[in-house]
Amino acid sequence: MNGQFVIDGLLNGAMIGLGAIGLTLAYSVLRFANFAHGEFISWGGYIALLAAGGIGAVLGQPNDIGNLTFGWPLILALPVAALGAGVLALALDAVLFRRLRQKGSSITLVIASFGASLALRSLLEFLFSDDPRYYSTDIAIAMPLGLGLRASADQLGVLGFALVLMVLMHLVMTRSRLGWSLRAVSENPDLARLAGIDVAGVIRAAWLIGGGLAGVTGVLLGQTVQLRPTMGFDLLLPLFSAAILGGIGSVPGAMLGGLIIGLAEALSVPLIGAEYRAAVAFLVLLAMLLVRPTGLFGVRT
Amino acid sequence: MILDLASYLAFFLSIALINAIACLGLNLQWGFAGLFNVGVAGFIAVGAYVSALLTAAAAAGRIGGLGWPIMAGWAGAMVAAAAVAGVIGAITLRLRADYLAITTFGIAVCIQLVALNAQGLTGGPFGIAFIPRPFAGLAGDSAAFSLANLALIALVTAIVFVLLERLTHSPWGRVLRALREDEAAAASLGKSPRLYRLQAFVIGAALMGLAGAIQASFFGFIAPDDYAPTVTFQVWVMLVLGGSGNNRGAVLGAIVVWALWTLTGAAFAAFLPAALQAPAASLRIVLIGVVLALVLLVRPRGLIGEKTVISRHLSE
Repeated sequence: MNGQFVIDGLLNGAMIGLGAIGLTLAYSVLRFANFAHGEFISWGGYIALLAAGGIGAVLGQPNDIGNLTFGWPLILALPVAALGAGVLALALDAVLFRRLRQKGSSITLVIASFGASLALRSLLEFLFSDDPRYYSTDIAIAMPLGLGLRASADQLGVLGFALVLMVLMHLVMTRSRLGWSLRAVSENPDLARLAGIDVAGVIRAAWLIGGGLAGVTGVLLGQTVQLRPTMGFDLLLPLFSAAILGGIGSVPGAMLGGLIIGLAEALSVPLIGAEYRAAVAFLVLLAMLLVRPTGLFGVRT
Repeated sequence: MILDLASYLAFFLSIALINAIACLGLNLQWGFAGLFNVGVAGFIAVGAYVSALLTAAAAAGRIGGLGWPIMAGWAGAMVAAAAVAGVIGAITLRLRADYLAITTFGIAVCIQLVALNAQGLTGGPFGIAFIPRPFAGLAGDSAAFSLANLALIALVTAIVFVLLERLTHSPWGRVLRALREDEAAAASLGKSPRLYRLQAFVIGAALMGLAGAIQASFFGFIAPDDYAPTVTFQVWVMLVLGGSGNNRGAVLGAIVVWALWTLTGAAFAAFLPAALQAPAASLRIVLIGVVLALVLLVRPRGLIGEKTVISRHLSE
């Protein structure tokens, strides 16, 4: 049995987990399944492409760092992409979701998010065409890690960064005032308001953090795979599966759910073929809904 | 010239009415039962592929090809789409509402994967060709062929419409609306929310399957691209614009949105240079998305929304 799938699964799973944190956060605070979340990922990826280009032009195209296939321009573009995607999420809330929230029914929000998703994706296609884009055309060379496993410096860097970000997010949620407020609003908005929490501010924070993490996911995905206008939408099913698997609203659950989905996908590729990879996330989701719909870390409501 | 125009108009109306059948199915699920289905394209695809496999002649390297009569193929398509909906509904309808949305989204993605990759069943990316078409004997005379097909599709749409009107005005339809408005109150009267919703979901999906089957027979050719998520979105826009909860609204929305879609497509094709056609196609989808958002914000009832029903026992 070749253990290489563990590396591939962990890498993919870390990116799914990172994207799912944003999804689960928005889901628990705003109480609707946001089908536009995948677009924040795609937009983040493309914003970084433009930002890295601009920064590279100013810095005079510096060399790549070590064995990585990217240098400072992409690293500096990462926060720009996070901010850009976060602001996009905020803007979408301001023009669409907030107004619908005031009118009531949360399921109307789901339709609206589905429409927004299609519009945002088609807008990317309009701006950048359907052709794949890359941050760098250098080839990432896989290094032996021992035990017959191989990974490129890019993959290890992305994996490490994603894990650090996940731990940071967990600390924010459990140790900071913002994290407590987020959890309070997701449990009961009315009680949170009575306790003096600025609910509108918390909702804005949820969009900014969720969108920002999605933007980062887009950059990591663009660096290790490629940029496509459909990259975020194609990730949506694994994201939802990871969020539900971990239990809606649970940050560690989303991380663990992401890693499980990533590993399950990597493990199943030799068995059912790469073309059915996306179906694996769906099967895990169905199994979970049958056995334990509240998820691993969920609370029964 | 007049004959050309008539046959084009018949062609346009035929497709609009096929969409209307899917839209009526969605209206039963969403408009009456409040069930959110994001996998409309998947159920249409199941209907299209199953009817193609049942009615087409045998082909080398592909399962199916039973050569059944067209109507039997349509019936089989309805049964297949209903069966898929039954399984999905049984798992998810007991859970919170948006889990159904996520699961239907997932099943549509999986159905597209099968359509694209299961060469031996679906013909893979090339799809299935030579599906028998109704009135194939008239194919030489395009006006007669289009009009005959339109008559058949209009007849099926009318039957579906009348049956749905009777169904939604029956006690069964009243229970559905009651469950949608106040689940606890309806359940306290002894109505099982799960059972009624499952029935509405399955019947709606069967209609989507029927729309897929009619479409497959109408074109004689199907491919995985015909069932992209854009299709789901189009049917949703039709229902929301027409007015969900109203069967007339569903049909009207289908015709209006299909007219807008065709007209913008024709305008782009006529006035834009070839190099700009692909980006313009993307922009067209952006426009439809914006229309949906605007309708939801400005006129959530749609063109003709649901009629408010007040009990006749309630005095002024």
